[in-house]
Amino acid sequence: MKRALVFAIPLAIFVVLALFLLRGLGLNPREVPSPLIGKAAPQFQLKELADPAKAFSEKDMAGKVWLLNVWASWCVACREEHPLLVEVSRKKAVPIVGLNYKDEPGDAKAWLKQFGDPYTLSVTDRDGRVGIDYGVYGVPETFLIDKAGVIRYKQIGPITPEAWEKKIMPMVRELEKS
Amino acid sequence: MRIALIALAFFAVSGTALAQQSAPSAPPVETAKEALPTPKDPVAAKRAVALGAELRCLVCQNQTIEESNAELAVDLRRQIREQIAQGKTDREILDYMVARYGDFVLYRPPFKATTALLWIGPFLLLLIGILALRRVLAGRRKRVDEQPLTDAERGEAERLLAGTGKTE
Repeated sequence: MKRALVFAIPLAIFVVLALFLLRGLGLNPREVPSPLIGKAAPQFQLKELADPAKAFSEKDMAGKVWLLNVWASWCVACREEHPLLVEVSRKKAVPIVGLNYKDEPGDAKAWLKQFGDPYTLSVTDRDGRVGIDYGVYGVPETFLIDKAGVIRYKQIGPITPEAWEKKIMPMVRELEKS
Repeated sequence: MRIALIALAFFAVSGTALAQQSAPSAPPVETAKEALPTPKDPVAAKRAVALGAELRCLVCQNQTIEESNAELAVDLRRQIREQIAQGKTDREILDYMVARYGDFVLYRPPFKATTALLWIGPFLLLLIGILALRRVLAGRRKRVDEQPLTDAERGEAERLLAGTGKTE
């Protein structure tokens, strides 16, 4: 009996540790949960990329469910998710506002011309200050914002077709009902 | 086979080359921007450096904002310096960072329900170790102490000590 315990306790500790470590393998250390989920989207007022004379604020989207997609022409992973965004805008599934992060407006416009422009509009955040307010640390990032202007979900890194089908689109549908 | 695969996956994850493949990209590092206006006031400069060393750079997660050359770290260093110039306290500046990036940005996470195991864990393990050691030692002492000789053994021992006994 005692002998069995001497054997069982270290084994149990090992199994628990192994389970923790195994779970750790499946986690992406780059995905840091955002403290902004469930909070009001930080306020901003930025120039539009297409027409710098116009300003856009997150309040302009009040009453709508929308996506704020952080992108840049220097961002390689943005190209990965871009076809999906183009498809979403073609279907008019949900309005997408682009936050052009730390980019040259000229480069950004050329990039949109080359790959297609899925955005209702894009705004320029040249010095990345609005990005800091949104806790942006890796582009692309996408925020799902509800009618009341509350952030409901944050996608860090490119939106995968799986994340779109299983997480974002169902949430959009749900939020649009309310 | 499976274990080998898991081990392989582990090394793959730790290899930076693979990890960066489809990871969200960071703005290109521009070393020219690295030099920041250091606050003229030496006290403020010291505070900025100390605060930067408390904060984790989220792009290169094992560096502090003060050490990192990632563009985000440069921006955040600028934020710290600006906020010091505005007269914010250290606490206010740290709260500003946590509100945006979460507790993960702090190299010394606060003690709360989700981090309790992190803080107490090592001491808990130490306690378990001490208790286990005490049990083992107590058991050993019992084995040594509590085995009085039987009469037959005692007689045998006395015969041997007297030098007259014959072993059977």
